[in-house]
Amino acid sequence: MPSSVPLPDGLVAVVKEDCPTCVLVAPVLVDLADRSSMVTITQDDPTFPADADWVVHDADLSLSWHNDIVTVPTLLRVENGTPVDRTEGWDRKAWEAFTGVTDLGPGLRDWQPGCGSLSVDPNLADELAVRFSGSAMTSRRVEIAALEDEWEAMHDRDWSDGLPVVPPTEARVLRMLEGTSRDPGDVVAIAPPDLVECTVEKIAINAVMAGCRPEYLPVVIAAVEAVCSDEFNMHGVLATTMDVGPILIVNGPIRNEIEMNSGGNVLGQGNRANATIGRAVQLVIRNIGGGKPGGVDRSAHGSPHKLGLAFAEDEEGSPWESFAQSRGFSAEQSTVTAWCGGGPTIMVDQLSRTPDSLVRHFAKSLLTSVAPRMALMETVLVIGPEHMSRFRDAGWDRARFVEELETHLVIQTDDIVRGVDGIDEGAAPEMAGNVISKFWPGGIHVVHAGGQTGLFSMAFGGWIPPPKGSVCTTKEITR
Amino acid sequence: MTTVLDPTSESRAEQRELVIRPESLDGLTIGLLDISKPRGDVFLDRIEERLTSMGASVNRYMKPTFAKPAPVDLRHEIATSCDAVIEALAD
Repeated sequence: MPSSVPLPDGLVAVVKEDCPTCVLVAPVLVDLADRSSMVTITQDDPTFPADADWVVHDADLSLSWHNDIVTVPTLLRVENGTPVDRTEGWDRKAWEAFTGVTDLGPGLRDWQPGCGSLSVDPNLADELAVRFSGSAMTSRRVEIAALEDEWEAMHDRDWSDGLPVVPPTEARVLRMLEGTSRDPGDVVAIAPPDLVECTVEKIAINAVMAGCRPEYLPVVIAAVEAVCSDEFNMHGVLATTMDVGPILIVNGPIRNEIEMNSGGNVLGQGNRANATIGRAVQLVIRNIGGGKPGGVDRSAHGSPHKLGLAFAEDEEGSPWESFAQSRGFSAEQSTVTAWCGGGPTIMVDQLSRTPDSLVRHFAKSLLTSVAPRMALMETVLVIGPEHMSRFRDAGWDRARFVEELETHLVIQTDDIVRGVDGIDEGAAPEMAGNVISKFWPGGIHVVHAGGQTGLFSMAFGGWIPPPKGSVCTTKEITR
Repeated sequence: MTTVLDPTSESRAEQRELVIRPESLDGLTIGLLDISKPRGDVFLDRIEERLTSMGASVNRYMKPTFAKPAPVDLRHEIATSCDAVIEALAD
């Protein structure tokens, strides 16, 4: 990164007094100042290696930081204020070749490695990064008083989903932004319900608060894009009195790169990426979009997964093309799919040994999805590995599975019209005498995930199917 | 002291004055917006009867789906052709 203050042209050494190698080469620095007009930049003691006009004190470390000094001593060759070559540590031959001056440090050992530059000291690096590169961030700075508990302060400002949030200091947000190549000012989406611009910077702030690592940020950004799309209809997802919220399914190489869980306890706690990515998206909707419970969020019961739910598909263990591939993406692409649904229900079947028996039993469960009287719904099925083995062994692919399942999901409307079995809820009387599907065509989404042991699968209840409600939306994740 | 970055949109809702409540409905045009939930029409049919008997004229409107905000064009049409609007929310 170019310095705002140019370095003097010619030879420049960067040193600190608190470095035995710099102390060792102090006579050489004096010698080179004399013989080659070299300037020495000192990071700590302004009189090291000499109280002289060729010694410049880098008091705020801006010269060191802007010129990427990692080690001291570092010799620089500077042209037009910018380093064009450098050598680090003490190595007589290298220094002589670099400076073109012979007989340097005759009494010294030939070689000694340098020390860490103060500008990369772990205790200072974050502060320096904020001081010298933080100006790109435009969010309002909020000062929390010394006597105020910063964790309580986050809650007091109504920025939390109820759980503690990590204070989004400038240093933390800067680190988060390193997870993406996108500019902090890029507008990712117009966030419902307030329909305000949602920038990379604002998403990064909320990702910090949710507990994300920087490498999760591209997933969060893509997920925000998905849930803020017109098709996903986040406004409606918030405003409904049903229990639904965004459910995020991650596919492709990034799952493993950020160590997402697709195995045991996949829908539960215990994995940082799974736990924080979904939470970050919900915090974005809350804090940027303004969608809060009691406000536009009118859910009667809500659901535990509205704190945030993201999980990965177990692609490696699946005999099928991945969920993302079934939606038109390649295996090399990383994607996140946002689907609007309610809480999951377990489907226990420990005795079926044939795929036919298993889909018949799945269908019995699924006919009650949301409510037995509801038809033309939508679902996400999370097939566990032990259940998947039934379909693998029989050679069923994804299409065959859905086709066979659908044959058992046909409802005689006579069974669900209003008044049947003494139940007032149901289809309108004029619907009698027909057959109808439990799920609309294309309304069964299937993902493979879960622990290696357990003859179980999970089914999520849906909301209002497209186009009136929410459309399952997949976005590619790019850095 | 800790400095944090504001996680919100930093925007404030625009404050608008309510229109003055009419003293009488006589001669006014009232919009009835059905959000297309089941049986919203039952409620609005009865309201229309009552309003008409009070001398108001009634325009009926319907959202394409209750699951999304009313389209801008629909909101504009109601705002420009009605003096007041009643929205039927419930099932």
